[in-house]
Amino acid sequence: MDDTLSHSTKDYGPPRLTILLVSALAISYEILLMRLFSIVQFHHFAYMVISLSLLGYGASGTFLVFCRQPLLRRFPAALIGSTFFLGITVVACFAGGQHLLFNPDQLLWDNRQWLKLFALYLLLALPFFCAANCIALSFSRYREKISEIYGADLFGAGLGSILVIGLLFLLFPDRVLLFLGATGVAIGGAAWLELRLQPRWPALLFVGAAGLFFMLPPAWTVLAISPYKPLSQQLRIEGSRIVEVQSSPLGMLTVVESNEVPLRHAPGLSLAAAAVLPEQLGVFTDGGAMSVISRFPHETNGLAYLDMVPEALPYHLGRPEEVLVLGAGGGVAILQALSFESPQITAVELNPRMIQLVRDRPQFSGQLFDRENVRVHQGEARSFVARSSKKFDLIQLPSAVSAGGSVAGLHALSENYLYTVEAFREYFDHLSPGGYLSVGSWVRVPPRDSLKLLATAAMALTAKGVQNAGDHLVMIRNWQSGLLLVGREPFSTADILLVQDFCRKRLFDLAYYPGMKREEANRFHLLPQPYYYDATLSLLGPEAEDFAARYKFNIRPNTDDRPYFSNYFKWQTLPEILKLKDQGGLALLESGYLVLVLTLFQAVLAGLVLVFLPVAARLRSPDPATGWSRSRVAAYFFAIGLGFLFLEIAFIQKFILYLGHPLYAAAAVLALFLVFAGLGSRYAQAGGISIHHVVAAVIVIGIVDLAVVNLLFDVLARLNWFVRGFIAIAMLGPLAFSMGMPFPLALTAAGKAAPDLVPWAWGVNGCASVVGAVLATLLAVHFGFTAVVLAALGLYGFAAAAFPAAKSENREKGRQIGYSG
Amino acid sequence: MGQGSAKGNLNRLARTFGKRYIILTGNGFGSILYQYRHTIREASNLMLILTGRVLLLFCAGLLLLLPEAGAASSDRFAGARREMVRAIEADVLRTASHISKKSLAPRVMEVMGRVERHRFVPPAAETWAYANRPLPIGHGQTISQPYIVALMTDLADIRPGGKVLEIGTGSGYQAAVLAAMGAEVFTIEIIAPLAEEASRRLADLGYEQVHTRRGDGYYGWEEEAPFDAIVVTAAAGHIPPPLLRQLKPGGTMVIPVGGRFMVQHLVLVNKDSSGGLTTRQVLPVRFVPLTGGH
Repeated sequence: MDDTLSHSTKDYGPPRLTILLVSALAISYEILLMRLFSIVQFHHFAYMVISLSLLGYGASGTFLVFCRQPLLRRFPAALIGSTFFLGITVVACFAGGQHLLFNPDQLLWDNRQWLKLFALYLLLALPFFCAANCIALSFSRYREKISEIYGADLFGAGLGSILVIGLLFLLFPDRVLLFLGATGVAIGGAAWLELRLQPRWPALLFVGAAGLFFMLPPAWTVLAISPYKPLSQQLRIEGSRIVEVQSSPLGMLTVVESNEVPLRHAPGLSLAAAAVLPEQLGVFTDGGAMSVISRFPHETNGLAYLDMVPEALPYHLGRPEEVLVLGAGGGVAILQALSFESPQITAVELNPRMIQLVRDRPQFSGQLFDRENVRVHQGEARSFVARSSKKFDLIQLPSAVSAGGSVAGLHALSENYLYTVEAFREYFDHLSPGGYLSVGSWVRVPPRDSLKLLATAAMALTAKGVQNAGDHLVMIRNWQSGLLLVGREPFSTADILLVQDFCRKRLFDLAYYPGMKREEANRFHLLPQPYYYDATLSLLGPEAEDFAARYKFNIRPNTDDRPYFSNYFKWQTLPEILKLKDQGGLALLESGYLVLVLTLFQAVLAGLVLVFLPVAARLRSPDPATGWSRSRVAAYFFAIGLGFLFLEIAFIQKFILYLGHPLYAAAAVLALFLVFAGLGSRYAQAGGISIHHVVAAVIVIGIVDLAVVNLLFDVLARLNWFVRGFIAIAMLGPLAFSMGMPFPLALTAAGKAAPDLVPWAWGVNGCASVVGAVLATLLAVHFGFTAVVLAALGLYGFAAAAFPAAKSENREKGRQIGYSG
Repeated sequence: MGQGSAKGNLNRLARTFGKRYIILTGNGFGSILYQYRHTIREASNLMLILTGRVLLLFCAGLLLLLPEAGAASSDRFAGARREMVRAIEADVLRTASHISKKSLAPRVMEVMGRVERHRFVPPAAETWAYANRPLPIGHGQTISQPYIVALMTDLADIRPGGKVLEIGTGSGYQAAVLAAMGAEVFTIEIIAPLAEEASRRLADLGYEQVHTRRGDGYYGWEEEAPFDAIVVTAAAGHIPPPLLRQLKPGGTMVIPVGGRFMVQHLVLVNKDSSGGLTTRQVLPVRFVPLTGGH
């Protein structure tokens, strides 16, 4: 049967549709895995596991160097088998992986966790391995149609990145998993037809088999949320039950009611508070951090507790007429504003499902989001402010991390554009005379986020031309949380008296106000030293730079180019913390950053093994006359692999701010990149294209785009979305189009020189993509995204230099020598 | 009785061997062998049942002849416990300046050396009972690192005969330590199976001065208030006002802040003689946020 299969395909082109679908499935799976692991585990380990499992791409290249011949002889069977296993492994490997019960918290004590982690990598690499096999086998089978195949691959990935977002809106993540698994098996049917195999009816069997996925016992794919996540913890309490679950690509929201033991969520509540809390519903995002929807009280004193938290301070300095709440969540900040009788409250919330949860409970929440003086907008907070023409008396920004997230830098790797110097400038511009910006923070010992916030505010004020930034700042704290208040005008003596009175009544500590004396600090919530006061004076004084350098955590302000607010890691502190391991000192470790470094280290190591294994074992060097050597192939494909990912990641980040949504913008830009690169790849097939011209185009367009991003985006971001979208396509389309060409051009050339090199080059490129994604983030943390773009352009230049200079005559000559020999 | 001790002895032999392998092969392989050992143990139990009573009795007789058999087996962890106490002492010395004392109260150290921590962890985790690390105890809960338990006990300043309230019984280990300090302990656990298990365990081990209750710790234990010390080992969103009221003037409340496996820092709430409240943030380690400077 194999023989008939291989013969029947001889005259047809590459299975483009199959490749496109496989590629779409692989990228959907990658995005879905991130979602799934964020729910069952914690975000930064999810990042590490998924990054490394993508090495399945590299592994397929290595595998095919060894097993190419027998598989190519049975190409249809190998291709269809790969898609079939892709479908099976998509479901089975996640289901198996989550039941390994890997617990990152125990890594440092329990060596079994390392084995589990390793097993998890291997398991999750399998689906990507299968997907990559389909593509790499096709490259080898149709060496003269590489551009077409690569084009289909990129185009499919572009479509997949958009489709999965849509799917995640429609279905729960565990159902999306089944859907993708079924799709994988059904693609086998598509491949059968596309390869024109006879008879045609067996194609239907694949569709039938796909249907079986939906008959799996639900228990097999139900999400096994870590028992240490807040949602699992809450559900162990008797009387707690899930009343509703809403899922979207922005997160899974689980609403929990607790009948026997009230939730009593009031972080930062004063020790002097005696007030009773209203009934609350807990809303857990991805099983993690909890926010609450409160029952709207019949009497105003039902909200008295909201006067006993640090966030109440600005309401005691005046009566803000226009309040802007950034990040409405379940609406606690709105309730607070209502309890202080603010006449006009505007709130912004990113997640439409969150808004819906509150709106769906009009009785319970007292129609909180639809009251006469409350306006809730769905969207991204920063871009809402940027596009708003209104001025506000009070802008409230929540703490940069949720209570649960403050533990050990959970979000160190996520970009955050709400807490950068540029963002703070934007907020100030939207304060009315006498207005305040209020920013929450969590008390951490030693202080981290609160000091970074203060430094950020000071830098933004100075940039706005304020002479003495310290006159505009007040910081207070208790044992648990703190508040930074930034005034548009300097704080007056009368204001200070009010602040002092506010704190005294609530047993809050004054951390800083203009003119404060040291002995006024550290009264109620004692630290070994008045760290907040001392640090603030230093950060506002001439020795700020020296102080930040000497501080053991990174508290320098972040900019839009380096938007990693939650990263406080400093290498110089690492040895000291590791020495304190046995005394519980590891809690001081900002592990988010370390996970990134660890991921890079593992990716490089695994990549080296995968790339060099074939070389050591059997990979023959091509004929030197062709100009290609193994090292040239490795250098070229590694450089363009890194460069592609660098540009893609950096521009996605730059456009998130410009397009104004962390998710849609990322998905749209990714799709734009991949689709245009796919078109570029198709175009490369035309022949006669010089790699040097293509690289020159990438570099020139890259520099122009970077200049536009850095110089004009402030202005362009204010245009309407249609024009912005058009500008995005005009900027990124040509860039991506050019970026799609270097890979197929070189692979075609290298394939002519030595067919063995084709899967190997694919493997090298796959490893480079994994390393590139991690390295791009690491570079951005240290040097910013502009540096990432420049590095990428440098890499493209390097790749062009590595491309053999052999002109066509030389190649001809080489061939003749080959033939004559 | 014969059967039980035979099984016990077989298990113990297996455990001793298992441990030796762990020492010989280092941690990575040790953990594989540990799991392996588990399988062996289960398989051997099954074999015992299958081969019948006669063989069992024979084995029992044989094992009873061995010198270390019998009642002394409960103290097989004594060495490990001494080792743990030495580790805690060393840690305290290193962190001395931050918790403003050179060593923890000798009584605390004596109690840490006495309370049998291995009785409070699941059987599968017994091997690590005395390692200076937190351990999972099921139900998504953990038992804290011994060093943290010692530090919290010391900071709570327990006097013999004093009354202590604990919110979050967990395995019951902290309650046992507090009781061994001579205090009368009132402990509340919200998770039903944990509460039952800990209550039974504490009773079995003879901790009569520990009173357990299942329920919501928010309102404390009104009938027994006020307390000389309150230890809140369960995560707290905010400090419950009823607990503050149930604290005696001059009393201390200890709250660990952080995740299930890692305590970030400890918060001490002190009530002075006039009822005034202050808190202190204590890092379990000596760590100053600024480097030398000029």
